[in-house]
Amino acid sequence: MTFPPAVAAEDLPGGPVQPLPLVSLLSADFWSGGAKGELRILRCQDCGFYVHPPRPVCARCLSRRLEPEAVSGNASVYTFSINVQPWYPGQSVPYVVAIVELPEQAALRLTTNILGCGVDDVAIGMAVRAVFVEVEDVFIPMFEPGVAT
Amino acid sequence: MRSPEQQAVISGIGTSAVGRRLGRAGLDLTIDACLEAIADAGLTRDDIDGLATYPGFRPDPPGMSPVGVSDVKEALALPLNWYAGAGEGPGQLIGLFSAIGAVAAGLARHVLLFRTVTESSAQTAGRRASVNGTDGERVQARFEWSVPYKAMSAATLVGLMAQRHMHEFGTTREQLGAIALNGRRNAQRNPAAVYRDPLTMDDYLASRMISTPLCLYDCDVPVDGSAAFIVSHVDTLPELAHPPVRVEAIGTSLLGRDSWDQRADLTTMGAFDAASMLWSRTDLRPADVDVAELYDGFTYLALQWIEALGFCGHGEGGPFVEGGKRIAFDGEIPLNTHGGQLSAGRLHGYGFLHEACTQLWDRGGEHQVPGTPEVAVVGTGGGPLGGCVLLTRSR
Repeated sequence: MTFPPAVAAEDLPGGPVQPLPLVSLLSADFWSGGAKGELRILRCQDCGFYVHPPRPVCARCLSRRLEPEAVSGNASVYTFSINVQPWYPGQSVPYVVAIVELPEQAALRLTTNILGCGVDDVAIGMAVRAVFVEVEDVFIPMFEPGVAT
Repeated sequence: MRSPEQQAVISGIGTSAVGRRLGRAGLDLTIDACLEAIADAGLTRDDIDGLATYPGFRPDPPGMSPVGVSDVKEALALPLNWYAGAGEGPGQLIGLFSAIGAVAAGLARHVLLFRTVTESSAQTAGRRASVNGTDGERVQARFEWSVPYKAMSAATLVGLMAQRHMHEFGTTREQLGAIALNGRRNAQRNPAAVYRDPLTMDDYLASRMISTPLCLYDCDVPVDGSAAFIVSHVDTLPELAHPPVRVEAIGTSLLGRDSWDQRADLTTMGAFDAASMLWSRTDLRPADVDVAELYDGFTYLALQWIEALGFCGHGEGGPFVEGGKRIAFDGEIPLNTHGGQLSAGRLHGYGFLHEACTQLWDRGGEHQVPGTPEVAVVGTGGGPLGGCVLLTRSR
């Protein structure tokens, strides 16, 4: 699969990613997959269930055999909110916070930002694909209109 | 045969001044509320053998919980058999539920329960209340998955839910606005409310957007203030100054995901789980409820509680509140009779509990609902967090 190249962190609507996630032993794969253009979700190797946020046991079958797997990078906008109020001095607004649903599993969702279109162009059901924003040691998955190829 | 929660009663209530920038220490406000509650129950300091709060002392976000159990234990020199200040649980009322549990288990006879906020003063001091992730520290646990995307305020998280509700059910801004206007109308009857100026639908629709679809008047108001309660064992009735408020049933369950984005249906959330448990523990039905005090940290959350508790069907909350007649002071289910957090200030759930008791004791004065309310429901929390309690007048 091919992903678009990483998006420049300084060009993000809403200002830079702030604060960054505190990467844990469980979440390291999720936050580093973008280095290889991969959106990685932890998956049960016994029953195939995706477990997100990452946890050391399958919520469906209780298997302990979980591995990060690259998913398609496609998603659809499940819901969104245009944040208009700045939350710290100098924060640029507006920006879109969205919950997107991945096609790989029902209710497998990410809270994220939508890039690459005007805030008023975002709609529920819109097809989006993952892009990555590199900041310090993490690659933050975000989404833009389109379908991953 | 009494259920465990029916072993507990609320025997006294108290509140400090509640308002914007009061310029008083959180503990100072807390002691006002606590001493009033102890006196209201007809008890003395020496009768108190349990102490509870939610969520316990927290340095951050500023003013969110400046007073913990240790502060009150020490200030009032309370000899305690049981105490707890817990933050993780079914919404803000975890403090009440843990007090009920302690009383029902026989660990304490009279639990002093309090909740204190100084978010208004904290905000004035230059730090924004109720916003996560502005201190430069990296975020972890639940916040790891939302705050890096600048979902820094609950307004955005709840805006996401409200937008989905609008998409699925055609809910409108005017319908959410009906809840804001209802709160303001009730606040005009309540001298202790923070915002009492008239609010029109035009004002509501013209106010600035915070995080779509929620505007300024969809959001509650941070205040300084404290509320306190005495949760007593039912066997202590002879010691009490007046007939207590009875605890009929509680709802504390979380059956779906503990998450703001992974639950199968984002238009139900924790409130629905808690409400279903509550109704499974009583013979009373939604139609028996005379007063509803439902969390309105954001208007949408009150709408969700109305649906969750079965006052209307799932998705029917918009039409139910439209125009405001059903939820009015003299309507079929009076809602947030003190003004709610939207107009009376954010005591973070405990203002609703205080108001429910006020109504069941006929102490509402100008905002006492018509008739003699026998049954009140309090539901608090949003997203995966939800807890509710059904209260009745002593007969």
